[in-house]
Amino acid sequence: MADIQIDSPVEETWQGSVEELKGLVSPRALTGETMLLNMGPQHPSTHGVLRLLLELDGETVVSCIPDVGFLHTGIEKNMEAKTYSKALVMTDRMDYLNPMGNNLVYCLAVEKLAEIDVPERAMIARVILAELTRINSHLVWLGTHCLDLGAMSVMLYCFREREEILDIFEMISGQRMMTSYFRPGGLWRDLPDEFVPTLTDFINRFPRKIDDYEALLNNNPIWIDRTQGIGVLTPEDAIAMGCSGPTLRGSGVAFDMRKVQPYSCYEEFDFSIPTGDHGDVYDRFLVRMHEMRESVRIIQQGLKRLPKGAHISNNRKFVPPPRAELGTSMESVIHHFKLWTEGFKVPEGEVYVSIESPRGELGCYLSSDGGTHPHRVHFRTPSFILISALSHLSKGAMLADLVAIIGSTDIVLGDCDR
Amino acid sequence: MPLDPVEAIKAAFPDSVVDVINFRGETTVVVDSEKIADVAMFCRETEGMEFNLLSDMSCVDYYPKEPRFALCYHLYSMIYNTRLRLKVYLPGEDPHAPTVTGVWPAVNWQEREAFDMMGIRFDGHPDLRRILMPVDWEGYPLRKDYPLGYEQVQFSFNFDEIMSQKPHATE
Repeated sequence: MADIQIDSPVEETWQGSVEELKGLVSPRALTGETMLLNMGPQHPSTHGVLRLLLELDGETVVSCIPDVGFLHTGIEKNMEAKTYSKALVMTDRMDYLNPMGNNLVYCLAVEKLAEIDVPERAMIARVILAELTRINSHLVWLGTHCLDLGAMSVMLYCFREREEILDIFEMISGQRMMTSYFRPGGLWRDLPDEFVPTLTDFINRFPRKIDDYEALLNNNPIWIDRTQGIGVLTPEDAIAMGCSGPTLRGSGVAFDMRKVQPYSCYEEFDFSIPTGDHGDVYDRFLVRMHEMRESVRIIQQGLKRLPKGAHISNNRKFVPPPRAELGTSMESVIHHFKLWTEGFKVPEGEVYVSIESPRGELGCYLSSDGGTHPHRVHFRTPSFILISALSHLSKGAMLADLVAIIGSTDIVLGDCDR
Repeated sequence: MPLDPVEAIKAAFPDSVVDVINFRGETTVVVDSEKIADVAMFCRETEGMEFNLLSDMSCVDYYPKEPRFALCYHLYSMIYNTRLRLKVYLPGEDPHAPTVTGVWPAVNWQEREAFDMMGIRFDGHPDLRRILMPVDWEGYPLRKDYPLGYEQVQFSFNFDEIMSQKPHATE
């Protein structure tokens, strides 16, 4: 013990600027009474490149200062330099576990601003695929969350099922993750014939897989010890800090964008909103497990009522004509040329659209100056808000529990940094 | 008893409401930038409105128009299921607005983002630092006069000039 310095002032141990540190941590850290620890940005349990500056008193977290921006790629700025249809592909790259949801919120914003109609087949297909993406995202969350807390086998099962979902994405869009399948006005192309039987087969088998995960975890004494009573968030705090999605619902607030402000004909589907009672890590876990079952119900209803017909709007001012028409119609050639060179013009104005992503309220603010490029796109991403609540959530927690808390908020750093 | 938010704000702040816009079913109330914290507190606390959730705050750059910047606060009331957009315009020269972190703590990081990306200062903000860009970054990337930043292409006429700026040029 002799060579370990105790209570050395922060100037001797901290490599960075001490002046910047002073506004962030408590005075106790500056004298060396409490310890400063960097967690991340390469830590495997921070779910991406998130750096946390931790002030520790023994093993208790005194303060936690999140540092984000390592994945900042300037997506909002890049979208301003592209036409409305080309900017769509940027949205997949934000929240890489929820590509269909990101496409959906951007398409809804463009459709609202430009008043483009969407055929019913496309709307139902969007609901089915958005819910399939939710299951996909929750599976990755469950796998990595369990891996953080030492339950390794669950991850292998989750990724086995996720693989089937990614195969379905590849079947419909040609891409496993960056699908760009939704387009303003509908879908990129029609659903292939084998889509419905493949998805029906998967969705019939899937509820039994959820049973398997729950059998491994719900009554597992280690799992319960690690999650119950940890990271408690009261409903008042959750609302004040803007939390949404399963994190808010785990605290007992039944708030879901799909119910309160339905979009893309969600109002015609029958599903319930699971909520928790205690607002701890365990309740957030239960909420997400129930959500997967509800998503299965929505997909089953969607498959039952998926109508035949057009997959994309027929409005030629916004939607390019089908390839086959180009050989016979001069008008189609003109539309095709105009839409793929100049792009379509959108009336001047601004809209805000929000949907329920797997992580919470995903909003898109779109401002147009009447031109062919978005004037300003801003995404209200749930992960960004959830990480800002992290310092409140982790106050007074043990260092090992911080990993459970981060996992339970289900953050994606690509979503946060954009 | 739900109130009409526009009428209520107009009645409480007759001099501060600049404009009311209805577009695509969304209501925007443009208010004086000095008064935004008071209007925000009024929107949250008044019975019949209770906008208890701040969904989003976005910042827009209308360069080269003046006033150049705008802040859009997207409020949501969980009790009445209503949305409202508060908008303030800020000048291009030294843009600053009062913070609303005292009303909705959720806005803390969103104001930091607006500061980082657009250079808007928020008076009274507890921790106004850069958030997405590195601390020593110069300029505000989302401003319209900030270039997208492609790498310059090397030709024979500017080869030496670009070469001297490359990281390995010092050896």
